[in-house]
Amino acid sequence: MGPNAGVAFTKSEMMIVAAARELAGQHVCFVGVGLPNIAVNLAKRTVAPDLELVYEAGVFGAEPARLPLSIGDPTIVTGATAVTSMWDLFSLYLQGGRIDVGFLGAAQIDRFGNINTTVIGEYDHPTTRLPGSGGACEIAINAREVFVIMRQSRRSFVERIDFRTSPGNLGGAENAARIRRAQGWLGSGPSVVVTDLGVYHFDESGEMRLDALHPGATLDDVRATIGWEPKVAVELATTAPPSEEELRLVRVELDPDGAYTR
Amino acid sequence: MAGSKVASMRDAVAELVRDGDTVAIEGFTHLISFAAGHEIIRQRKRDLTLARLTPDLIYDQMVAAGVARKLIFSWLGNPGVGGLNAIRRRIEDADPAPLEIEEYSHFGMVGRYTAGAANLPFYPLRSYFETDMPVANPLIRPIESPYGDGVVYAVPPLRPDVTIVHAQRADARGDTQAWGLLGCQKEAAFAADRVIVVVEELVDEAVIRADPNRTIIPGLIVDAVVVEPFGAHPSYVQGTYDRDNRFYRDWDPISRDEAAIQAWLGEWVYDLDGRAAYTERFGAERVAALQPSGTAPSGSVDYGRYG
Repeated sequence: MGPNAGVAFTKSEMMIVAAARELAGQHVCFVGVGLPNIAVNLAKRTVAPDLELVYEAGVFGAEPARLPLSIGDPTIVTGATAVTSMWDLFSLYLQGGRIDVGFLGAAQIDRFGNINTTVIGEYDHPTTRLPGSGGACEIAINAREVFVIMRQSRRSFVERIDFRTSPGNLGGAENAARIRRAQGWLGSGPSVVVTDLGVYHFDESGEMRLDALHPGATLDDVRATIGWEPKVAVELATTAPPSEEELRLVRVELDPDGAYTR
Repeated sequence: MAGSKVASMRDAVAELVRDGDTVAIEGFTHLISFAAGHEIIRQRKRDLTLARLTPDLIYDQMVAAGVARKLIFSWLGNPGVGGLNAIRRRIEDADPAPLEIEEYSHFGMVGRYTAGAANLPFYPLRSYFETDMPVANPLIRPIESPYGDGVVYAVPPLRPDVTIVHAQRADARGDTQAWGLLGCQKEAAFAADRVIVVVEELVDEAVIRADPNRTIIPGLIVDAVVVEPFGAHPSYVQGTYDRDNRFYRDWDPISRDEAAIQAWLGEWVYDLDGRAAYTERFGAERVAALQPSGTAPSGSVDYGRYG
């Protein structure tokens, strides 16, 4: 999967490919609705063939033959290792500590990786009513670590999220670690955020740090689409562009209608 | 047949769903009884509290039709497509009227049904820590462990007046078998005062007894069995018909326009007398296009004979 100069790709395709690569070496992944779904399915076809896909609908070890539009779809059942009730899935698999990575999307995120998927504006009088938690709240608390994939904009990367649906590093790593221990959370919080411009990890203070820029993206692009002054790695990397095979999988196998990559 | 609970959808809904009820039409993307939702609309039920983890298009349609005053839920969207626009208008703009909401996470809703079904005063879970969810919904409350090992959050039991679930098959007594995604069909049914099961196929009791592990709901708790093939469309039935993703996409522009929704409800709900007419209008060709592309049989297991 070396660099592949000359083949054009979109920002969304680069984001999905970069997110999939982050799953190399992971074992059990709880797949969120939307962009995580295509990223995780791409990972299973590339860097993480043994990845166990867990869907909140009650599936462990899914082997989807097609990319489902919804995360509840007959293709995640046929050929799976186990299909369980949602109680089993949330109690025994998630709260029981069997999930390595929870892969989530978000509408708003702050520098500490706290996530809003509930409302824009006031809860009682929202300007935009978003879907809400689904399983995200308990995934963020109980998966060992949390990956996030979302497009970057001044509306989505904000100084203050309007509603905390899923907790990240709260107000900073030290305090968050103390609270997690005291309250018995199983997870250590967010570790990766992949956007259409780059890849962030979290530094020792619990704040997002830009570690790689996607090809073509600039620091100015990043600063223009983020609501705070972002931390940037001293040795900022450039993401390897999508390989021909990664692009083929996204375009031909996973998303022929462009539902995720528009 | 003695002991038969088989009823028409019209009679089951007329008798078992009452104005003001809390109604749960459950099924996590799979096995959602659109047929029952449409009959509730046709019978112009009013002031319902609608409970579901994922309100899905059926509650968007029911809310647009004016049957609901309140929604209890954990994820409000059209997965992979966007929002539920009729519900959003009610929440964002009180258009045409406010809609009361009571919001949880998925595990919270599962826990609520579980507590309701198991006759518990609450359900404890390790969720909601350091979030705004207990602020938005004060029924989500922290409780101290009686064993001195920390605080967890509690959610109250949910006991619907009526739960309606779709399934692959049942016998006339209501013994119901389903496979594929099971959601919390079982918990929601056991939590309810009255239960309607809607099935693709009515089978002999012997079919049920030949595979008892697959029974999720016993006739013991079932009040009516409605036989309604294709009754879950545009959701799906594992092994029988696929999710109609085209319909889920098509609903988005329809639901953005109040006049278009009312026209759709006219054409597909009010003007029809039931599911058979809906399926006929939908057309054999589109029904056929939703068949699985092949079979994937489970094989069979041998329970053995003893005595």
